Amino acid sequence: MPEIRRLLARAGVADPESLEAYRSLRGYEALTRATERGPAWVLSELEASGLLGRGGAAFPAGRKWRAVAEAGGRRRVVCNADESEPGTFKDRVLMEEDPFAVVEAMTIAGLTVGAEDGLIYVRGEYRLAATRLRQAIDQAERAGLLGADAAGTGRAFRIRVFRGAGAYICGEETALFNSVEGRRGEPRNKPPFPTQAGLFGDPTLVNNVETLCNVPVVLREGASGFRRYGTERSTGTKLWCVSGHVERPGLYEVPFGTTLGELLELAGGVWRGRRLQAVLCGGAAGTFLGPDRLDLPLTFEDLRTAGGTVGSGAVIVLDETASLWDVVLRVARFFQEESCGQCVPCRVGTQRQLEIVGRLASGRARPEDPQLLADIGAAMTDASICGLGQTAAGAVLSALTLQPLVPPSNSRGKGAQRAARGRPGESV
Amino acid sequence: MSIGIEVDGRALEADEGMTILQALRRAGMDAPTLCYHPNLTPVNVCRACVVEVEGSRALVPSCSRRVEPGMRIRTDTGRVRRARKVVLELLASSVDTSTAPELAAHVAAYQGDPARFGSDAVRVDEPLRDDNDLYVRDYAKCILCYKCVEACGEDAQYTFALAVAGRGFAARIETGADAPLLESRCVFCGNCVAVCPTGALMPLIEHRMRQAGEWDPSRQHVAETICPYCGVGCALELHVQDNRIVKVTSPADHDVTRGHLCVKGRFGFTYVHPDPPSR
Ligand SMILES: Cc1cc2nc3c(=O)[nH]c(=O)nc-3n(C[C@H](O)[C@H](O)[C@H](O)COP(=O)(O)O)c2cc1C
Ligand code: SF4
Ligand code: SF4
Ligand code: SF4
Ligand code: FES
Repeated sequence: MPEIRRLLARAGVADPESLEAYRSLRGYEALTRATERGPAWVLSELEASGLLGRGGAAFPAGRKWRAVAEAGGRRRVVCNADESEPGTFKDRVLMEEDPFAVVEAMTIAGLTVGAEDGLIYVRGEYRLAATRLRQAIDQAERAGLLGADAAGTGRAFRIRVFRGAGAYICGEETALFNSVEGRRGEPRNKPPFPTQAGLFGDPTLVNNVETLCNVPVVLREGASGFRRYGTERSTGTKLWCVSGHVERPGLYEVPFGTTLGELLELAGGVWRGRRLQAVLCGGAAGTFLGPDRLDLPLTFEDLRTAGGTVGSGAVIVLDETASLWDVVLRVARFFQEESCGQCVPCRVGTQRQLEIVGRLASGRARPEDPQLLADIGAAMTDASICGLGQTAAGAVLSALTLQPLVPPSNSRGKGAQRAARGRPGESV
Repeated sequence: MSIGIEVDGRALEADEGMTILQALRRAGMDAPTLCYHPNLTPVNVCRACVVEVEGSRALVPSCSRRVEPGMRIRTDTGRVRRARKVVLELLASSVDTSTAPELAAHVAAYQGDPARFGSDAVRVDEPLRDDNDLYVRDYAKCILCYKCVEACGEDAQYTFALAVAGRGFAARIETGADAPLLESRCVFCGNCVAVCPTGALMPLIEHRMRQAGEWDPSRQHVAETICPYCGVGCALELHVQDNRIVKVTSPADHDVTRGHLCVKGRFGFTYVHPDPPSR
């Protein structure tokens, strides 16, 4: 399947600091159509497009927009640009190379759901992205596309850029609200959902950068045009962040349904002609896929059936020389460091998981370790408050099902292999 | 308004606005709780009380989720038992539970084995904070249930001397830059001490007596009275051991106090005895 350039049409082509350059490549066509045809049309196109959120939870975008549009009182729009999932850099490229697309999409969102306040929560380390977004917002304001009379609609819409301070958890939508409100970055209790009570208690539309960047495409091409790519249930194209042991790591836009093997081929295949050991798909919150999974179509539904996830769109490739359990150890440490500490399964579970994976990675596994990992994983997945704890065991448990390729003699993961042989069962 | 729900296959009536936990308890059923307190806003952080709700991917905290018409709940599945058991084991493996009878009882009820994580499993390591005349803080016993933070904040005292700081396993209850209590905003009402389920917060007298091996609830009785200090009329429970007041509490279901007191009612009793225990 070929690489396509729909979301990336302007990236590296148009001057990201020029509104004119953006306009010359179909920029603001979607906003014009949206203002001509009105919110009801936007909502029905978006619903018909089948666009699913790209921030990790795969929630239908149209349904979310409608919920906020139908909520009463003051409403808000938030663009989640915290992008802190390891191995993920798609939102960064969109914001740095095509900042006006984010601004246009948010303007459409604001005018459609009836919000006057937009906020982009940008990962703290993304300085260039924040700068480019601010420049784009300034130019859009001067051109009358934002402000008291946004795009000549007689309605106000403004966008603020807010920079995060370096916590993975603040990408979780309700922790993000707390962070903006000056509170501790902890996820809130749901329900109420953000569409009911979000930022400063107002009904809030939260979307990922890539989700938003799909909206102008949907409105320009129409729902059926949008569906030209992808499958029935995973519509459109997807940005995959391919990194690790491939010849050409980078960002690849392909239709949903492209297989894992095809994606790796686009990236030049496993580097130096080596053998594939595993792919960590979806980020640290994702799962490992073995070399037997190259035929897996990359869609929400196929990945879910395979026990995996699209997650953040990160695809981290490990060749035969990599020590799988060292990678697993880094994933376990990541969750132990980034847990907010609010709920017990995640706060203590990520700590215990790290201790046990540390044993597996250094050949000190104990016979009970696979069972402990399975039990901790079940509790974290089932009983944690937020998606961090609920996904913190995915990579670890999926690694237990793989055959590490590094020969035991020079592997620090000897115990890991032993542990991998025992099949963790249900306890209690 | 009464609504119908189903619990473990049994049809139940619940009142609109009730939590699942309240509905369970009214029907004579239960779920283990640690962070829940009837007079505090549910924070649903301990996750000991989780249940299965049809249509929910993850388990649901019964202490905070409100019932909905037709809700189908299960409290007795393998998934629920496994999650509860592991959560309790994880907690008990990380803190000193010697003065946390509730937690210990839940662990036993679920046949938990906190030792299975190994003797080298990292535990919360904090020194005893014994920095004032009224109560000690032993965060090596703290399960981070947030009750003290809530009691000190919007749920009772509105003093905001306590908060959670740090994250993950390093998260702790904090006075701000770890200030000694006398330098913090604390007004020593002891309401945090009253709601603490683990003995991490403990009146100094009780702490001293326990250290000396003199604390003996079997020799204690409770005398009910009204606080002598002001006109509010707070109900007091005087815990008396060997004819000495050793602790003061207030009933959590009392209309005036809801279990909360001020520094005088809670700690101002030593004048009763000619020779108050010295520090
Ligand atoms: C720990 C954690 C971190 C997250 N980080 C991000 C993030 O960096 N960017 C993002 O868009 N969504 C992130 N999410 C998902 C958001 O909570 C939310 O689902 C998403 O922003 C919704 O947008 P979408 O519907 O467009 O996908 C995170 C979720 C969790 C649990
Ligand atoms: S799952 Fe982890 S990150 Fe999420 S609320 Fe619980 S402790 Fe915090
Ligand atoms: S004694 Fe009262 S004021 Fe002091 S920390 Fe506890 S609840 Fe807050
Ligand atoms: S000190 Fe006590 S009340 Fe406060 S969080 Fe810890 S266990 Fe809960
Ligand atoms: S009692 Fe419900 S989560 Fe703690």
